[in-house]
Amino acid sequence: MTRRRGPSTPAAARPAAAQERPDAATARPRAGAAGEAWRWLHRNLFSTWYNALLTVVGLAAVCGAASRVGRWALTAADWRVVTNNLTLLLVGPYPRDQLWRVGLAVLVTAALAGLTAAAAGGGRSGVLMRRAPALAWLLAPLAVLWLVHGDGAVLDVVRTDRWGGLLLTLMLAAVGIVVSFPFGVALALGRQSTLPVVRAVSTACIEVVRGVPLVTVLFSTQIMLTLFLPEGLRPDRVLRAMAGLVVFSAAYVAENVRGGLQSVPQGQIEAAAALGLNGAQTTFLIVLPQALRAVVPSLVGQFISLFKDTSLVTIVGLQELLGIANSVLANPDYLGRYAEMYAFAGLVYWLFCYGMSRAGRRVEQRLGLGRR
Amino acid sequence: MRRPSLWIVLALGAALVLAACSTGSQEPAPSGGEYGAGSGDGGGDGGGAGTGDTPGQAPGGSQGQGTGMGQTPGQTPGQAQSTLQAVLRRGRLICGVNGALPGFSFLEEDGTMSGFDADFCRAIAAALFDDPEAVEWRSLTAEERFAALQTGEIDVLIRNTTWTISRDTSVGAEFAPTTFYDGQGMMVRVDSGVRNLEDLAGATICVTGGTTTELNLADTFRALGVDFTPRTLEQVDAVYTAYEQGQCDAVTSDKSQLASRRAVMANPDDHVILEATMSKEPLGPAVRNGDSAWFDVVKWVVYATIQAEEFGITSGNLDQVLADNADPDTGNPDIRRFLGLEGNFGEGMGLSNDFTQRIIRHVGNYGEIYDRNLGPGTPLNIPRGLNNLWTRGGLLYAMPFR
Repeated sequence: MTRRRGPSTPAAARPAAAQERPDAATARPRAGAAGEAWRWLHRNLFSTWYNALLTVVGLAAVCGAASRVGRWALTAADWRVVTNNLTLLLVGPYPRDQLWRVGLAVLVTAALAGLTAAAAGGGRSGVLMRRAPALAWLLAPLAVLWLVHGDGAVLDVVRTDRWGGLLLTLMLAAVGIVVSFPFGVALALGRQSTLPVVRAVSTACIEVVRGVPLVTVLFSTQIMLTLFLPEGLRPDRVLRAMAGLVVFSAAYVAENVRGGLQSVPQGQIEAAAALGLNGAQTTFLIVLPQALRAVVPSLVGQFISLFKDTSLVTIVGLQELLGIANSVLANPDYLGRYAEMYAFAGLVYWLFCYGMSRAGRRVEQRLGLGRR
Repeated sequence: MRRPSLWIVLALGAALVLAACSTGSQEPAPSGGEYGAGSGDGGGDGGGAGTGDTPGQAPGGSQGQGTGMGQTPGQTPGQAQSTLQAVLRRGRLICGVNGALPGFSFLEEDGTMSGFDADFCRAIAAALFDDPEAVEWRSLTAEERFAALQTGEIDVLIRNTTWTISRDTSVGAEFAPTTFYDGQGMMVRVDSGVRNLEDLAGATICVTGGTTTELNLADTFRALGVDFTPRTLEQVDAVYTAYEQGQCDAVTSDKSQLASRRAVMANPDDHVILEATMSKEPLGPAVRNGDSAWFDVVKWVVYATIQAEEFGITSGNLDQVLADNADPDTGNPDIRRFLGLEGNFGEGMGLSNDFTQRIIRHVGNYGEIYDRNLGPGTPLNIPRGLNNLWTRGGLLYAMPFR
């Protein structure tokens, strides 16, 4: 428990660690690793009597809880509800003879991530290496959509009612994040605009959407939209959920970005004007890059929460990961296996959210956020 | 210099607003008029024929926006043309189910929808297409189910929906024959010696708060003149936990729910669901109001499963029965008519004459559907009770096929 107070988050701890490093470095050759460890323990866990007490009590509580959970997970829990339904949880009712397409889509995504990481980490080796990620980011989402949905000519169409499980969760989240970002930036710029109509419309959009719960937005897109649209124009159900998520997320992205826009000093804009840049150039070359850089942490937070919010589409009957979990729990063979199923679903959500969080931190470090 | 452009913008904006508003307000008039003029493309076979306001028929597409607006409840676009034609043209049935109700609809490990309700969707698909898998599943929540039905999102709603007067009339649903007679029941411990509701005098009974279940409980016991202590809990899980921990002597809910909860208790055999039924919960398929051609199809598919059980025709012996009754002179005329060997009943409905054969071959008769999903071989093991043929003391009674 007390460990959490110590330097656990690298970003926050860096200045402090940097100060202490010379001391630690000189101590190492004399005292050895054991002495180092003892010193660390003494400094972080047992520095005072109450810290020592907290450490002991905390350790006892953690051990007690861990052993109980461990014992349950290994003995009482029956994980067949997860293992037997793993494919179902991952892709839902996606046709089993077309699963290779999902696998290929995962490969494409992994390749995209690898390419991006390589380009980010490696040195600048030529124009191709610099252009490749941008090109890949344009093509990969289309490729994934094409693989998963099909086109009716080369690949059979897999209707969205056959999408489910983690696949649907990820599709909803990815589309929500990628599409809501430009809309959010546009809304933020619109809200800062000097044109009164643009400003009023943007403000109204943001405030209306932010003023209602996501559940309401999803219900409107699922049920009310069909009442207002002309007959025959009946957008796909998953598409409607995506639209709801995009609208909702865009409003929050807009407010985050607005915060960034306001953090750009007026002097920057004046300097741009002095250099002869026009309005659009000032916005896209001077203001936005600085504004977006400043709001990366809050944007990552917003996207993580959007990822978790996709679980709300279960209440409009879409079977994403949690919806599939509920459906599996209705299988008479697995009645009552709630704990195992929700533990699994929670773990999956955590894995992805933690991954996003780590990726976000990498982006922050690359942008030198907080340092320059 | 900026003055003229400002005025032009304002004038354009005003024109736009006017145009948008006027199309909105005038819209019902032209579409009604066009109907009166007799555009005539298939307006005849909708059961609700004669109602003037069926938009969406207007040939001029420009007037077609917002058709959902000016309608009375239960009137939907595409109604003038029967759902039957739409489903046949589409080549698959869109069936609204619960998707997470033990025994009634849930996803199997291989991703197929399974359960009692799901099998009736399959029966309809089998009758229409000779293919029980020609179904697109829509998992629906309780809140959105009627909206989904009215807006034409789904063709048929088979989602443990109780047939009540308000839903039949004001909500605009039309209920096909009940497939499952559920009802509020009571579960007690076997060793308590309780065998009927009167034995529960002075007992503590666990019930979910804020439900009709709670009201039914009070009504029933007042009518019986039996005192009891209700223990009301808000969460369904909490109700059964309290019962299992012995905080109450009995627990009440719909019998199908009691059965599924009993199945996951530590020792299911220690608990028994009493015979008594305290409320009526007839669950069955529902379709949109005013589309009798489609309503007939759904209705007679349900009757076909029941009649097949009454005749003793199963998916296993269908071919034998067909062979036995092949000869017009020696065969049973009732069975011959039922199986479409005689008469023209299927085609009269817009199906093929052998639609009952298709249902039985692919899905089976009512008894097979029941046993597969809820019967003694399943963890739920719900006794047939009211869901038995009328000849065996139940309520299932198919109208004659003649």
